[in-house]
Amino acid sequence: MHDDLNWAIGGEAGDGIASTGKIFAQALSRAGRHVFTSKDFASRIRGGYTAYKVRTSVDRVQSVVDRLDILIALTERTVDENLDELHEGSIIIYDGDRTEFSDFEAPENVTALDVPLKSLAEDAGGAIMRNIVALGAVCAVADFPIENLDESLEKRFGGKGESIVNNNKEAARLGEEYVEDEYTDVTQQYELETTDEDYVLLNGDEAIGMGAIAAGCRFYAGYPITPATDVMEYLTGRIEQFGGHVVQAEDELAAINLALGAARAGARAMTATSGPGIDLMSETFGLVATSETPLVVANVMRSGPSTGMPTKQEQGDLNMMLYGGHGEIPRFIVAPTTVAECFHKTVEAFNLAEKYQLPVYLTADLSLAVTEQTYEPGEFDMDEVEVDRGKIVDEGDISAWQNEKDQFKPHAVTADGVSPRALPGTEGGVHMSTGLEHDELGRRTEDTDVRVEQVDKRYQKVDTAEEQEDFDYREFGDPEADNLVISWGSNEGTLVEALDYLEDDGVDVRVLSVPYIFPRPDLSDDVEAADDVLVVEANATGQFADVVEHDVLDRVKRVNKYDGVDFKADELAADIKETLA
Amino acid sequence: MSSENVRFTDFKSDKQPTWCPGCGDFGTMNGMMKALAQTGNSPDDTFVVAGIGCSGKIGTYMRSYALHGVHGRALPVGTGVKLANPDLEVMVAGGDGDGYSIGAGHFIHAVRRNVDITYVVMDNRIYGLTKGQASPTSRPDFETSTTPEGSKQQPVNPLALSLAAGGSFIAQSFSSDAMRHTEIVQEAIEHDGFSLVNTFSPCVTFNDVDTYDYFRDSLVDLSEDDDYDRHDYDQAKDAILDADKEYMGVLYQNDDSVPYHEAHGVTENMADIPDGAPDGATDLVREFY
Repeated sequence: MHDDLNWAIGGEAGDGIASTGKIFAQALSRAGRHVFTSKDFASRIRGGYTAYKVRTSVDRVQSVVDRLDILIALTERTVDENLDELHEGSIIIYDGDRTEFSDFEAPENVTALDVPLKSLAEDAGGAIMRNIVALGAVCAVADFPIENLDESLEKRFGGKGESIVNNNKEAARLGEEYVEDEYTDVTQQYELETTDEDYVLLNGDEAIGMGAIAAGCRFYAGYPITPATDVMEYLTGRIEQFGGHVVQAEDELAAINLALGAARAGARAMTATSGPGIDLMSETFGLVATSETPLVVANVMRSGPSTGMPTKQEQGDLNMMLYGGHGEIPRFIVAPTTVAECFHKTVEAFNLAEKYQLPVYLTADLSLAVTEQTYEPGEFDMDEVEVDRGKIVDEGDISAWQNEKDQFKPHAVTADGVSPRALPGTEGGVHMSTGLEHDELGRRTEDTDVRVEQVDKRYQKVDTAEEQEDFDYREFGDPEADNLVISWGSNEGTLVEALDYLEDDGVDVRVLSVPYIFPRPDLSDDVEAADDVLVVEANATGQFADVVEHDVLDRVKRVNKYDGVDFKADELAADIKETLA
Repeated sequence: MSSENVRFTDFKSDKQPTWCPGCGDFGTMNGMMKALAQTGNSPDDTFVVAGIGCSGKIGTYMRSYALHGVHGRALPVGTGVKLANPDLEVMVAGGDGDGYSIGAGHFIHAVRRNVDITYVVMDNRIYGLTKGQASPTSRPDFETSTTPEGSKQQPVNPLALSLAAGGSFIAQSFSSDAMRHTEIVQEAIEHDGFSLVNTFSPCVTFNDVDTYDYFRDSLVDLSEDDDYDRHDYDQAKDAILDADKEYMGVLYQNDDSVPYHEAHGVTENMADIPDGAPDGATDLVREFY
């Protein structure tokens, strides 16, 4: 008897793979089982192999494994694609009536159940329900109470009327009965225990969308791009219930500028995109930072460069988020490491954006964005959400921030680098802002002193945030271990499970999972104290490893000038002398 | 500041424009300020967005809430401002390069969304701030530093673009005709929906073809034509596509226009949010059961 079960449905894109997988995943979740889903999909609408995998256990599951226990194969290719993961005792459910299975021979040691999915579906009311018949067959194999499917079917098909729901329930039962009658010997292999736990099942994109609404985001503009589109699809139809609005922009340049406009009008605003979209947004990103506008830009990373592999995992955009764009601008980068954290860090991203009046990259990688996981609903406690809007001033206190001519100073130089913010409509707060270097009033300047003052003011916010915020990391494994493994993004879940394998092999490691890229926790003491230091990331060059390495170095001293004027010999000599001293 | 007491000079900042002496932009801006004051707006509830180029400087010389953005993207910014707070009067200013070249895509989409903003384009048919290159509205035979033998390209017809995209208010004015320009901008502000005012705003330094004299002599003011009905789509189409004449006035207006924010129920000021998650947010979690 197994409890940690790996199940998959595979076929051609367009076969209803994802919705069938989701129905089963939800049924498991409702039955109080933990679920981790993953998708294997290609960048096309119809045709091409696609699969939806569900790992389930009564214990928490946080990663994919390369073992497949039950496979619904809608095409013969599905079996070929998963051959490596099938093992002795794996069960394949297929429809031998399909012509392409006419010469099908099951792999050795694997039990193949020929279930007439299509004709049973027709008995229930229509061939379209063949996937549901298959789910019923799975319930028989896994000894999973089929009643748990009913709720999922109601949720999925409820909008289409009672008879459709009933037909689907019937289809599932016909599948279950067929296996129970024809394959009595396989039905005892698995027994999926159910519990009284109430879990929610969601992915990172959905958690980001939910976090945005919780944080008071009211305006979203975006352009569809894999794998970030789910954020927009989630918000559409939901944000309106909270007085918000989604605009599907004509392109990414419009998307970030729409969001910038809304943010300047005082809304909590957001856009989400993936790597190529970030490229397009970079110019405006600089304007957002220079005009000190609070904005959250979510980058759901995919494999690049250029169009890369749009449906595949990668953490390759870190350098671009850190350094992208011309000139130098402070920007924060928050990188949640779990689905639940996608929710919490989205809320935090909005608070950071408004407290420090700058753009915040909120970044998730594809795996984090599209894999669904179960959580206790308490992980998403709305009562714990705090909204901190920073230094917004109203009519009453605006005079403190006006000059002698009653002009408001949106870029007033303050000790913490954060200026007061007057939302449009505030009497006495009239001001302009611009991407040009500007003075405290927001007016263009090329004055060398003012330039330096404003650059320093903007970077002061980083220092202030490092003092005020808790940019921490999470720790796993053996706290005393000499081996240090550092991770960011979705790798955390897999690392946690990898610890068991390492322990079996007698390898002790200490794991740090870091959800902040900039500003980030100081890891130099941890790095110095360890013997071996590894950074785990889904990219070729080790972008976060570079950053960690950089933080540990303290060798290079710097002489900088950024007032817009050339170095002068005497001035430079003095700077060098002072720096050497 | 209560709006009854607002004068157009209240919309003037204390910064002196650095536009060339005689530049058409002075008149264009003055008309905008007068129209804003005459329509009962105050600087506190007005938001002006501009992009890059000579036109982009307008936010510095006017007094209102304003953003001076990147090149070509002023319309999306203005759209975001208006949807986030529909109580604000939003005016977007741009040049022919900003609006019809780098920002041409946004122009079409702003028109089709019909967001209630007034878009004033200072059309001088040249790139001024970069010292005299061809613009998308330049004549094909106009010789400039980057087009020594003429641009060899058809000029953009912004009015036709607007009409094709479903524009609900399409107008053309001339910066030097202060009274008419102000009237036209005022009507544009009062229109419920996206309003285009293409304003001929001569560049005295680099354009010696599309001059004050040229526009004064050639522009036909439709307000003097009793037979012209701005609500008549076909008449508007004929005037807009007329290759032999250039017109001034409101060429087309759709009185049935419903602005985007009203059509989609986006009428609340989105700046007003609670200190914590909004009421009902817990239902969002329940959805995932």
